[in-house]
Amino acid sequence: MSSENNNNNKSRMTWEGCSVLLDINDGDRLVFARLSPAAKLKIGNKNCSLQPLIGCPFGTVFQLDSSSDAAAFLSPFQSKGSVNNTEEIKDGQFQVESKDGQPSGESKDNRSLIDNNTAQSLTGEDIEDMRRQGAKGNEIIEALIANSATFDKKTSFSQEKYRLKKQKKYAPKVLIRRPVARSICEAYFKKYPLKIGFLRVDTLSLLLSMANVSSNSDILVVDMVGGLLTGAVAERLGGTGFVCNSYLGQAPSMDIVRIFNLSDEICKRIVRTSVSDLLSQKESPEQNPKHDVGSLESQSNDQMNASVSMEEISHSSENVISDVGAENAENSSFPALRACKAIKAGEKASQEMIDSWKENGFSSLIIAAPDLDTWTLVKDLLPLLSNSAPFAIYHQYLQPLATCMHNLQLEKMAIGLQITEPWLREYQVLPSRTHPCMQMSAFGGYILSGTKISSS
Amino acid sequence: MLASHPEKRISFNRLIRNGDLVIVYERHDNMKAVTVSEGSVLQNRFGVFKHSDWIGKPFGSKVFSSKGGFVYLLAPTPELWTLVLSHRTQILYIADISFVIMYLEIVPGCLVLESGTGSGSLTTSLARAVAPTGHVYTFDFHEQRSASARDDFERTGLSNLISCGVRDIQGVGFPDEFTGLADSVFLDLPQPWLAIPSAAKMLKQDGTLCSFSPCIEQVQRSCDVLQSRFTDIRTFEVLLRTYEIREGQMESFRGDDNGSNGSIPCKRRQCSDGNYVLSNPTSSSVMVRPCGEARGHTGYLTFARLKCFT
Repeated sequence: MSSENNNNNKSRMTWEGCSVLLDINDGDRLVFARLSPAAKLKIGNKNCSLQPLIGCPFGTVFQLDSSSDAAAFLSPFQSKGSVNNTEEIKDGQFQVESKDGQPSGESKDNRSLIDNNTAQSLTGEDIEDMRRQGAKGNEIIEALIANSATFDKKTSFSQEKYRLKKQKKYAPKVLIRRPVARSICEAYFKKYPLKIGFLRVDTLSLLLSMANVSSNSDILVVDMVGGLLTGAVAERLGGTGFVCNSYLGQAPSMDIVRIFNLSDEICKRIVRTSVSDLLSQKESPEQNPKHDVGSLESQSNDQMNASVSMEEISHSSENVISDVGAENAENSSFPALRACKAIKAGEKASQEMIDSWKENGFSSLIIAAPDLDTWTLVKDLLPLLSNSAPFAIYHQYLQPLATCMHNLQLEKMAIGLQITEPWLREYQVLPSRTHPCMQMSAFGGYILSGTKISSS
Repeated sequence: MLASHPEKRISFNRLIRNGDLVIVYERHDNMKAVTVSEGSVLQNRFGVFKHSDWIGKPFGSKVFSSKGGFVYLLAPTPELWTLVLSHRTQILYIADISFVIMYLEIVPGCLVLESGTGSGSLTTSLARAVAPTGHVYTFDFHEQRSASARDDFERTGLSNLISCGVRDIQGVGFPDEFTGLADSVFLDLPQPWLAIPSAAKMLKQDGTLCSFSPCIEQVQRSCDVLQSRFTDIRTFEVLLRTYEIREGQMESFRGDDNGSNGSIPCKRRQCSDGNYVLSNPTSSSVMVRPCGEARGHTGYLTFARLKCFT
């Protein structure tokens, strides 16, 4: 137990070469990066080294210090007790409490605020002067407040809002988060949902539960959501069992798997194979020559892919800086972590493994393949599952799942069939001002789930 | 329920044995957990089923009663267990359960604290998530309820992953031996705010907490208390909408048919039956709609993360 715990504790600190999710200014910007002494992140117009982030506990907040023209650097954020204990950032809004924990009885309002741009007496040049003289971000913010004619007239809520706005600009904060299924899914859903087929985090969690993903099981997946599903399943397997990523034609990208900090032990449990290879084993060649041709084709595809990924890996190991996808993050896309350590996730499944699955069956199946015909895929793959194995199929559209469910019923291939749609609502919880958040994701996709039954 | 060893997992060759726990499936809304015992019978509206007929069959088999009625025998999973367990308290269902596990970032090897144990619905899924090397310590102040839960975990084969304690967590907090060791803490208590300081003490830095409360007033007070030592405090509600499908032949309007002016529906097309869809999939369509009734509220899930001090 103690060795397990040590491993677990280790994963709570960053290390050189580890993948991190950097949350800049409370979610304004999200960047996946790999830490190295040479890695640099651009925040605003400043380039800062990620070196100070190595060896810190995940969850640490750093603040950009950019006094003078010298290189900007990140230093651990020191919370100044009084300010931070009463401040909680919530969906861009602020909670400010008076000492007794009750909302302070505000009598101020916005009646005397006039939008004529004269409230601030400091000019841009004044601020530049301060910077040149070595003023820190927080000192500039205090100066801006002191020189604002209207600050005192604001309610304490809008005072905090003002402070936050200035803080984001003059003293940006960087929070180091662990790249795990939850944070990776949320980050992609927020910034680049297309890449993950609009798979919301609650939907992903349902897929994993409905397919009974648990240690020592062999999970068949069709992952056309960038590797998010494969990574999430591997994370749950914890270095036991296997996740077999099957595909039609060319192997799809599994970029996102590399963002997870999966140990080598876990990576070894991620394998891939073409659907036709899985199926062709089950039939004699003369029975179905079509499958054989398919498998030949996909084999050559595999070889191509293997050589491509080799190249990628060797190229990456010498170029660690290019890791940080900061520049492009503004364009709402995460650049794949180009440089990554040579993890071997997604090796081709050996013939031995395929034979074993053929004999024993997979423990469960998860499909997230927005562009493949659901029913034809399920019809082929379901027989590969052992009897009583659960399955879960994700789709953005309802109709393919409805058709698939209907056909499964007619062919008596499965029971417990159900189409579900999760609904997720977040709340703002503040003293006397609790209500659902004004914005919500209206749609997280549909899931068809069920249990395969014995055909005999 | 969980494969402690790769060889023990469900497979084509894993046959039902005497003493196995099986889920007897009548319909999606009618299931029952049965421990197979040679010589026993299961009696329901479909007739009498002899357990001895089940032994040696693969999981997922259809088995028949003396009267010719049938049921399916399924291998237990935490999801199926949630549908068949005996309710000693209000329980958590799959939408909340799956979200809690994902959002608490529970993975194999984690140490998780839970209170109260209740009927053990969530506990079963927590055990699956921490297996094979982690552990769930679950507490309930109700001695008999805790004992029943312990019996259940024995029956589902999870007792090596779960320890049940009788303890009033709201009153005295979690045991000191877990201080700084917990990856995650889950609270389902009437006054969670009383247990939050203790939960904070148990958690590792950056560890996660979730509190489940049906009422918003509970959430409000919990969030007030969370402010001091936690960050990333977020409250959610997660629900499921289920859909039903039907194969439908719709009547269509055709102006020229029957010489009428189109306001009268044309002759109904003959409904085919049996193997219609497969032979001619375009002749009818599968229609979907949300089910008319749904669970409208379960509880609010408040998540938080222990603040990190450097």
